[in-house]
Amino acid sequence: MSDTREVLMKVEDLKTYFPVRKGVFKRTVGHVKALDGVDLEIYRGETLGIVGESGCGKTTLGKSVLRLHNPNGGKVFYAFPDGMRNILELKGGELDEARKRLQIVFQDPYSSLNPSFTIFGSFDDPLRKFGVKSKKERQRIVEKLLSDVNLPGDYMMRYPNEFSGGQRQRIGIARALSVNPELIVCDEAVSALDVSIQAQVLKLLRQLQSERNLTYLFITHDLSVVEYVADRIAVMYLGKVVELADTEELFMRTLHPYTQALLSAIPIADISKKRKRIPLQGDVPSPVNPPSGCTFHPRCAFATEKCRELSPQLETFTFEGREHHVRCHYAMDFASRPQGSHQSIQ
Amino acid sequence: MKQDTIVEVKDLCVNFYTNQRCNRALRNVSFSIRKARTLCIVGESGCGKSVTANSIMQLLPDLGRIESGTITYHGEDETVHIEKLPRNGRKMRSLRGEHIAMIFQDPMTALNPVFSVGYQIEEMIREHLELSRARSSEHAVKLLRDMGVPLPEQRVKEFPHQYSGGMRQRAMIAMAMACAPKVLIADEPTTALDVTIQAQIFELMLALKEEKQMAILLITHDMGVVAEMADDVAVMYMGNIVESGTAEQVMSSPSHPYTRALLDSIPVLGRGKAQNLEPIRGTTPDPYNRPEGCQFEPRCDYATEICRHQMPPEEFVDTSAGDDTPHMVRCFNCKELTHV
Amino acid sequence: MSSKSLQRKMDRLLTLENQGKLRTSTMNRSVRKLSANVLALVGLALFLLILMSSLAAPLISSYEPNAIDLKHRLSPPGEGHLLGTDQIGRDIFTRILYGGRISMFVGLGSAIGAALIGVSLGTYAGYTRGVLDSAVMKLSEIMMSFPQIILVSILVTIAGQSLWNLILIFILTGWPSMYRMTRSQMLSIREQEYIQALQAFGIGSVTISFKHMLPNAIGPIFVNITLSTAMFILQEAALSFLGLGVPLEQATWGNILNVAQDLNILRNAWWVWLPVGVVITLFVMSVNFIGDGLRDAADPTQVG
Repeated sequence: MSDTREVLMKVEDLKTYFPVRKGVFKRTVGHVKALDGVDLEIYRGETLGIVGESGCGKTTLGKSVLRLHNPNGGKVFYAFPDGMRNILELKGGELDEARKRLQIVFQDPYSSLNPSFTIFGSFDDPLRKFGVKSKKERQRIVEKLLSDVNLPGDYMMRYPNEFSGGQRQRIGIARALSVNPELIVCDEAVSALDVSIQAQVLKLLRQLQSERNLTYLFITHDLSVVEYVADRIAVMYLGKVVELADTEELFMRTLHPYTQALLSAIPIADISKKRKRIPLQGDVPSPVNPPSGCTFHPRCAFATEKCRELSPQLETFTFEGREHHVRCHYAMDFASRPQGSHQSIQ
Repeated sequence: MKQDTIVEVKDLCVNFYTNQRCNRALRNVSFSIRKARTLCIVGESGCGKSVTANSIMQLLPDLGRIESGTITYHGEDETVHIEKLPRNGRKMRSLRGEHIAMIFQDPMTALNPVFSVGYQIEEMIREHLELSRARSSEHAVKLLRDMGVPLPEQRVKEFPHQYSGGMRQRAMIAMAMACAPKVLIADEPTTALDVTIQAQIFELMLALKEEKQMAILLITHDMGVVAEMADDVAVMYMGNIVESGTAEQVMSSPSHPYTRALLDSIPVLGRGKAQNLEPIRGTTPDPYNRPEGCQFEPRCDYATEICRHQMPPEEFVDTSAGDDTPHMVRCFNCKELTHV
Repeated sequence: MSSKSLQRKMDRLLTLENQGKLRTSTMNRSVRKLSANVLALVGLALFLLILMSSLAAPLISSYEPNAIDLKHRLSPPGEGHLLGTDQIGRDIFTRILYGGRISMFVGLGSAIGAALIGVSLGTYAGYTRGVLDSAVMKLSEIMMSFPQIILVSILVTIAGQSLWNLILIFILTGWPSMYRMTRSQMLSIREQEYIQALQAFGIGSVTISFKHMLPNAIGPIFVNITLSTAMFILQEAALSFLGLGVPLEQATWGNILNVAQDLNILRNAWWVWLPVGVVITLFVMSVNFIGDGLRDAADPTQVG
């Protein structure tokens, strides 16, 4: 399987820091290391789930590859028709080429549409920018897009306050589709929705993916949702990817202690499944001053002297032909012990 | 009334009057909060679950009021009819905090940023317990320690912004626990927190329930939380409790179409990509433009003619668990449904 | 509102609801709130009354505002002169009517001028931040830290006394507060996700800030313009009273007041300064009522 997969985006050592300013003269006293060296590959047509707790940098990752944030270092290669090029170095017209291929769906359906504009007004400028000159044509396109997300076309003349959260989220998806993108970053796209609406949007996203061969970078804090949508999952902690594997592989053979704790902490809506919790002590440390060595060591039950001093690298293992990347000194010890989260669930 | 009932809500109706309209937010809601048990009220946004909690504490907004029904607090040596008390009267204020405590979703806005955490806890203690300054500050340290805040002697002096989200929620619980109340009302206490922190807060709430025999009312929208925490469950939809019973009854044999649909529409960890999610069709109705009969009728797959015109009464489907917690369903067709 | 009146309001609504008479109002919520605000309506009526009579001055009064009648100097109200005459026999009622035109023009003109500069700078700089924003911010801080009266005296000395100079000076001193208000609005709007969506399409800064963001801040800006109008009218009166405002031969509310510097007139001819003082007070008050009404109507956190 891995041979036939085409790499659509390759993120190399991506770093995004936000300055922390203090005092009268607003001097920079430190940096929030929101992304501290992220390496990823996204394959065409897949859904890569990014999970982690708040402050782990997952949203920053999504916005950095779209250049909504300006990364401080690293490279983001994207497979343009004429070959791989670094998005972070593109300018002007070339950047617009990239923006046609990369789009985003936001978390909050209530702030993602301009309240002063009709739905058509929200689509108008992007379509005009990407070369649809006549207004008739633009209206026709918006009508088609709305029907693609199962909304009546005449909704385009209405204002956002007439729509419910789920409808707004579908309009947000239609807006992202308006330029026929290849990759869509879904930034907590269903987190703000009510549970009964979540399923509608998740199904719609799946359907659009198969119809249009879309690639999703699906960012969420909800592991139940990501298990449902993602082909592969990357777990982030303090600006780094700590574990990355196929969804099934990750749930069957959870290697990083953080992922294990995260999985065990999730309340499961199934009363027949009682399992043992792996309690995590303390809070996520400040990304301004991350701990030495492995950044997870202060909360890790298995931490040793080595973890305190030496930062582990993202290592690649192969189990039954499937790649599994882990950033832990003792990953192989966990792998030899059968203790994936599924065992503890059942 | 059962022996261990502490708060009993019966046929509670609450209306809101905003924008020149009347919104019947709660309609004939009945449940009881019992000693050393957790009752989870679960539902989607706008279903009235927070309104229920706020009614018990008499914390409704100015343009909202209890129209009918009773809220009874069974204290050790007194029985109080909460709905009859003036909102900010002396009795209501002493009830809040001393007997019934509440914690909120957002621990950042629930603490005052200009006072130290310790000061805010001490203020609460002195308001209700008449302890000396030194004793109350000792008590505050002890409370924080009990709630699992590390280095409590030092942290009482710190301000809310120096606390992380999870620690703030612990401080809020410490404050709520200051007068050893009988009932803790938690309105989405972990929605703003990460899952690992949520797990910590739940551990703490479980310990309080078991050690202090606390009765807990937990409001949530997350079925996972219900499965994890609840002894009893009440499912709310558009101002009604549509199904209630023990967690086992409601989660394992859901009998209301809404509960079933809700359980079918959420992805469950461990079931993978293959699980078939069934979204509930349509959207929640406009509260000012409610369906005439059963509130769920327009979205329900099993609706019949009678559902359109009449709100179903409370029906008890399973009495096997005894009189203690009958399995209540508000649905005309639930008998037929249980065989589907 | 007291709890009793709240209870009554709720009872009334409940009865209506039970009779099935309540419908979701199709009227805009802001319009409804504004029309329920008695003070704002009184303000609006007063404002329109003063505005209309000023505009229709030639129809109301047969005198010329600057016609000198030395035979009737300082004659008290009554016979022929509704509000009497001043020390050179000009009809005071007529002067108040005509003076209103100039005063209102100065007030509204300065407010709009200051808004044009402040809002456009604030919109663009508030969205793009960066060097432009900090430069303009520093400049506005400098402008706001000058005592205004000294600044005006200096500018009047340099530029000379004229109506247009006064407006220019008001605009120069008035834009910083408009700028800061608009900027703070923009700072919160730019965090909205629809702005990021436009950025993801690569839409330009001018289009995003002026076309997509500004309409969402127009409410507070409008309130600010209203309130500044009142402020500038007061400032005009104060400056003219000191003799620094509009040249004395033009009738403005402030210039009519100017003669009250004479102790003799202040003591013995109340009709010269009292009516105009009342008109200024009423007008400024009405504008403030309207402004407050607009602000409350636009504020979604208010119950009702």
